[in-house]
Amino acid sequence: MYGFLIAVGVVLLLSIVWMVYRIQTLVSVVKGSDKKIASGSNKVNAFLFLVFLVAVGGLMFWYSIKEFDNYQLPIASEHGVVTDRLFWITMAVTGVIFIITHILLFVFPYKYQYKEDRKASFYPENNKLEVIWTTVPALVLTVLVITGWMAWSDITAPAPENAHVVELMGYQFAWDIRYPGQDKVLGDNDYRLTSAINPMGIDFTDQKSVDDFPSPKVVIPKGEPVLFKIRARDVLHSVFAPHMRLKMDAVPGMPTRFWFVPNKTTAEMRAELKNPDFNYEIACTEICGRGHNAMRRVIEVVEPAEYQKWLTEQKTFLQMNPALAEGIEVEVKEVAEIQ
Amino acid sequence: MATASVATHDTAHDHHDHEHHDNFVTKYIFSTDHKMIGKQFLITGIFWALIGGLLSVLFRLQLGFPDMNLEWLRPLLGGWITETGQLDQTFYLALVTMHGTIMVFFVLTAGLSGTFSNFLIPLQIGARDMASGFMNMLSYWFFFVSSVIMFISLFIKTGPAGGGWVVYPPLSALEQAIPGSGLGMTLWLVAMTFFIASSLLGGINYITTVINLRTKGMSFSRLPLTIWAFFLTAVIGLLSFPVLFAAALLLVFDRSFGTSFYLSDIYIGGEALPNTGGSPVLYQHLFWFLGHPEVYIVLLPALGITSEVIATNSRKPIFGYKAMIISMLGITILSFIVWAHHMFVSGMNPFLGSIFMFLTLIIAIPSAVKVFNYLTTLWRGNLIFTPAMLFSIGLVSFFISGGLTGIFLGNSAIDIQLHDTYFVVAHFHLVMGSASFFGLVAGVYHWFPKMFGRMMDARLGYVHFWLTFVGVYMVFFPMHYIGIAGFPRRYYSWTGFEFSNMYTDLNMFVSVAAIITFAAQFIFLFNFFYSMYRGRKASSNPWRSTTLEWTTPIVPGHGNWPGEIPTVYRWPYDYSKPGAEEDFIPQTVPLSATPESNLPHEQEQVKTEMEIIKDESEALVANEAKES
Repeated sequence: MYGFLIAVGVVLLLSIVWMVYRIQTLVSVVKGSDKKIASGSNKVNAFLFLVFLVAVGGLMFWYSIKEFDNYQLPIASEHGVVTDRLFWITMAVTGVIFIITHILLFVFPYKYQYKEDRKASFYPENNKLEVIWTTVPALVLTVLVITGWMAWSDITAPAPENAHVVELMGYQFAWDIRYPGQDKVLGDNDYRLTSAINPMGIDFTDQKSVDDFPSPKVVIPKGEPVLFKIRARDVLHSVFAPHMRLKMDAVPGMPTRFWFVPNKTTAEMRAELKNPDFNYEIACTEICGRGHNAMRRVIEVVEPAEYQKWLTEQKTFLQMNPALAEGIEVEVKEVAEIQ
Repeated sequence: MATASVATHDTAHDHHDHEHHDNFVTKYIFSTDHKMIGKQFLITGIFWALIGGLLSVLFRLQLGFPDMNLEWLRPLLGGWITETGQLDQTFYLALVTMHGTIMVFFVLTAGLSGTFSNFLIPLQIGARDMASGFMNMLSYWFFFVSSVIMFISLFIKTGPAGGGWVVYPPLSALEQAIPGSGLGMTLWLVAMTFFIASSLLGGINYITTVINLRTKGMSFSRLPLTIWAFFLTAVIGLLSFPVLFAAALLLVFDRSFGTSFYLSDIYIGGEALPNTGGSPVLYQHLFWFLGHPEVYIVLLPALGITSEVIATNSRKPIFGYKAMIISMLGITILSFIVWAHHMFVSGMNPFLGSIFMFLTLIIAIPSAVKVFNYLTTLWRGNLIFTPAMLFSIGLVSFFISGGLTGIFLGNSAIDIQLHDTYFVVAHFHLVMGSASFFGLVAGVYHWFPKMFGRMMDARLGYVHFWLTFVGVYMVFFPMHYIGIAGFPRRYYSWTGFEFSNMYTDLNMFVSVAAIITFAAQFIFLFNFFYSMYRGRKASSNPWRSTTLEWTTPIVPGHGNWPGEIPTVYRWPYDYSKPGAEEDFIPQTVPLSATPESNLPHEQEQVKTEMEIIKDESEALVANEAKES
């Protein structure tokens, strides 16, 4: 019954709109305004541009200021401070251009709306102006490019020797994490060795992998360089740690890396945000299939001393699952047992 | 020289004097007439725009109202609605993939370039038709076949392609990874192959026609900016689409014939694949070698249309005609050497990243020049707000808003954080999606009288404009905030993460705005089809424009001009020339006929012009004498 009433209402509404439209058309024909070059609507449209400028411009600024703390994520890495500064410098520069050009774009229509007694000024070119607005943007962009390039070179420079290595391997739909253990070197891996008990395809015949250990979360020390070694097992993934301002694709067959220096521990950030449940997170930002939005891992940034302590408490792959040791040489097995 | 060209015109003239007796099939289906082919592209483009828009509404429902029971969509989507009444996660990915593919290729490439290059090139340069009418027909029908295949892929059981519109392997190569990479992806590749063939056939035709078939006096320096834009677009397409074809072909090999161009070291579905040595990054390079120029393939025609519409309705010459051409040339060249800015964090050598950051930010300069030139064209004009004009001004606004965010993303250091977040989505939907879409709509409003001999209703046009203009900003502007906050693209839901477990209200707002904006397009649809049959009859030059197409009969027949093709004597932007009686002088009016308004250098050209006219009339007399 309600459906029927709604349908009737819609039909009535549509027919009223239709009638109004037809009457308007007929009236305009009678008045002859359809023969005029610019009818009264011209004034309305010109005025609406001003309204748009004020209303939508105002809305944008109000919301941008009101929401600042919500969309501006706290920064937790040293290079993040640099890239965020670049971001806001660029925002200031482009913001000024955005405002000026839009004021002109919407004020001109109002100011120069059609008037029968006026003639547009014939102004086809001015080379001086063209040169000015070619060189000024070029200079501004040069400054932006050079600052961006300097930051980019620093960020992508080779990691320091003493960087703490963490391996992240993406697969559908999670990240596996591996630490190099005491020797600080990751053991070899081969995707053909992958199996249910060895999801990272680690080659345990390699001495270096004996002390490697897994972890359910990424634990890293504050204030010391950390190197993420990133790879993928099946399709593309991308490591994204938003608070660290860190992103790097995980590519099957081509290991990638990203190093950074975390500058706030999880505890510090919790205190700063007054949110005891806060966690740094890793997400995936390269479409990888059904569970793309579920590849979450937590990063825990701790004080260096705490980190060293944590390292000693971890169990290696081989300790956790002795079955992995099957088929590897005796000496290696012994080493594994000692550790 | 003059004699020869007059003679060829004359034979054409004879040929076209006869009444053509087309039957339904040759007139409306397998037509070789550029105007009909243009309309075919337009109607198909509108169809695809509706489908593409509808898909976006579906996934916006999920993003804005994640808890909504979508059971009522079961009649349409069937098994893609889960038992709990939610949108299936895999199907969500298919929706975003198909939305992107459809909008970029089928609507904004075929629907925009296909429509207006076909319709306007012969009319504005003064040609009877395209260089090859048959190839032109083939171009549409390849597109049609492509459309049918892509459309079918929407309905198959495993769903259409679902790896994002960029279809990066290995996801797109392995059926085990996502069901859409099975038959759906095969159909996607087949459809795109036909699409590329269609684009190339069309592009070759546009280029050839512009170079060879310009009427007498129509030098390159007198071409309307629309034609310059279509010409350069065709050049870009011709050089970049083959690379996409190569990328797709190698993907076909990897998928079906066991090669390893893109695949290496993969363990999936419990088994290790034999492929080694391939590189997924290779595909990305090949794809973006088309993918970035593609942005300009959709944008340049829109900018060309805007230049024409803004000049006409400002009653002013476009400011900096030469600067506009030079910036378009600059964009054309630069568009080929910036592709890797889509790949700053793909794992490619960071040094390449630096190079591409430099090149990318250079391309902002010609774009800035264009914006300033548009603004100066508006300055001290006498502006008439036809719907086309409104949409053109809207385009300039989007071009600024979306272009400026490109400066963030082109900066590799800043891009680390913003890459693949909603900031990117906001950026390209404004600068490439909405701007080009507005160009398309502006073009339809402006040239509708030439296409169908009737006017579209202006008032409905105003309503359509304001709803769409405000709507587009309400949809895409909030995405900047969501993007800065780090929300990743192509996420079915963000609630699994603490950093993105917010902005549900903003997403709801965006979804509502998207639905309203989509609904507003039906005003346009009604206006379009109603006006086609019942609209007010158009006059021969309703916008009082200077270009050649308005010298044809109101509805031009086969061959466009019943008699001689008119000769062109001046550039296309003589609006409000001091001294002239009217505020526009058509391109066909000789300089010698307007001594009162000629500029000093034009006065000098009058003499040569008179000689040419004299030669011509002598030749004409001689020809007639021969015939009788």
